[in-house]
Amino acid sequence: MSEVKKYPAPVTNPETSAFWDAAKEGKFMIKRCTACGEAHYFPRSICPFCYSDKTVWEQASGEGTIYTYSLMRKSPTGPYAIGYVTLKEGPSVQTNFVDCDLEKLKIGQKVKVVFKPTDGAPLPFFTVA
Amino acid sequence: MTIKGKAYIAGIYEHPTRHAPDKSTAQLHAEVAKGAIEDAGISKDDVDGYFCAGDAPGGAWPMVDYLGLNTKKLRHVDSTETGGCSYIIHLGHAAEAIAAGKCSIALITLAGKPRTGVMPPRAAGAEADFESAYGATTHNAYGMCAMRHMHDYGTTSEQLAWIKVAASHHAQYNPHAMLKDVVTVEDVLNSPMISDPLHRMDCCVVSDGGGALIVTTPEIARSLKKPLVRLIGHGEAMKGPRGGKDLDLTYSAGVWSGPRAFEEAGITPKDIKYASIYDSFTITVLMQLEDLGFCKKGEGGKFVADGNLISGVGKLPFNTDGGGLCSNHPVNRGGMTKILEAVRQLRGEAHPKVQVPNCDLAIAHGTGGLLGVRHAASTAILERV
Repeated sequence: MSEVKKYPAPVTNPETSAFWDAAKEGKFMIKRCTACGEAHYFPRSICPFCYSDKTVWEQASGEGTIYTYSLMRKSPTGPYAIGYVTLKEGPSVQTNFVDCDLEKLKIGQKVKVVFKPTDGAPLPFFTVA
Repeated sequence: MTIKGKAYIAGIYEHPTRHAPDKSTAQLHAEVAKGAIEDAGISKDDVDGYFCAGDAPGGAWPMVDYLGLNTKKLRHVDSTETGGCSYIIHLGHAAEAIAAGKCSIALITLAGKPRTGVMPPRAAGAEADFESAYGATTHNAYGMCAMRHMHDYGTTSEQLAWIKVAASHHAQYNPHAMLKDVVTVEDVLNSPMISDPLHRMDCCVVSDGGGALIVTTPEIARSLKKPLVRLIGHGEAMKGPRGGKDLDLTYSAGVWSGPRAFEEAGITPKDIKYASIYDSFTITVLMQLEDLGFCKKGEGGKFVADGNLISGVGKLPFNTDGGGLCSNHPVNRGGMTKILEAVRQLRGEAHPKVQVPNCDLAIAHGTGGLLGVRHAASTAILERV
């Protein structure tokens, strides 16, 4: 996979711009609610669980395990693997797996975050840890 | 309050086309509207409720105008958009409106041409920046569900293949079906892998076409000439990752819409003689059968194997028109055709080779959106009176 895939730049908005600013520094952020203690992803200003507005940014470890995946073999831009990673901190996030052998992905496998450039803020992906 | 028995499906029409480069999308809507109105034996000027979803060009008001509906009479519209199951939701909403006296003859239309050209994209949700780059498509979103279902419950590709095999057995009798050849489990397993673990034959067809319904009051239905088919239970629900907490892709929103519909109908899955189950992919059918309670969670693989879904062979005849897997999948939305074949079964108008004897209770169930990301579900339970 020598060809570099072009990813769309995030549009961003006032609710999520802090996530993308941190991404530019290589930090993977989640939101945590200080009222109920739950972490969530993608970030919202109002906690989706208890509806408190006391949500704060938290830098995640970027580590997790594969919850599920599917290797898309028929694509004009070449095969890619979409999946969900369950973060160490709890939430599961949708992603693509990159920079690893896509034929050998396994549910339960340990993975870590890696950022890929766009014309705007970089996007988070996951690779085998 | 209940809609049980308060609305009847008096008219149905399925467009015979599977490829319509020579027609406009609005025209297909008009052709299916005309077909359902004629099937019911009413006039278009009698229609006082109109229901459409995202496939209707411009939405409700341009369609009402284009279709020439009687605007002096039309007094209820609903353009609920929940992807492929929109029309099953519309059926429930039409029954609610009829029960509340807000309309008496409702028209529901679906039509479009994804086989002829690319469909317009949906408006982005709040998740767009955090998901759109990852290329979720129907194939891989349903593939992710299948992968996890196999992991958690030992479901196999062979078991999934039986769903396609059953659909193909039915499709051989449907002259309009896109794929009429009977296939084997081996054929499915030997078809190319599209998005692991789904093979090409685990996927539905892409077709142009459409369908329409006329839903009306018990009194008006009795004054018409068609066999009486009524809605006795309805449910709708939605599911998504909801912040990523306790993600579980092995069940669908059918776990909520199904029990709601069965409770309203006052029956159980055991009473169902025929099942129309949305078959965008084989895994869709398997998960929904579990979610609706036809078998326990995780036992769908065993349930669908060995021809159990084949009419005249197994315990639960399903999609006797060949379904989305073999017959058609107009506008990439399977909800409408699920209702249409259920009504044909209840009327006794299915092909004689697949007609379920004494079919008096049927279910039409579907999902909309992406099962592995976020989706809606709707369940309708229909009875022949």
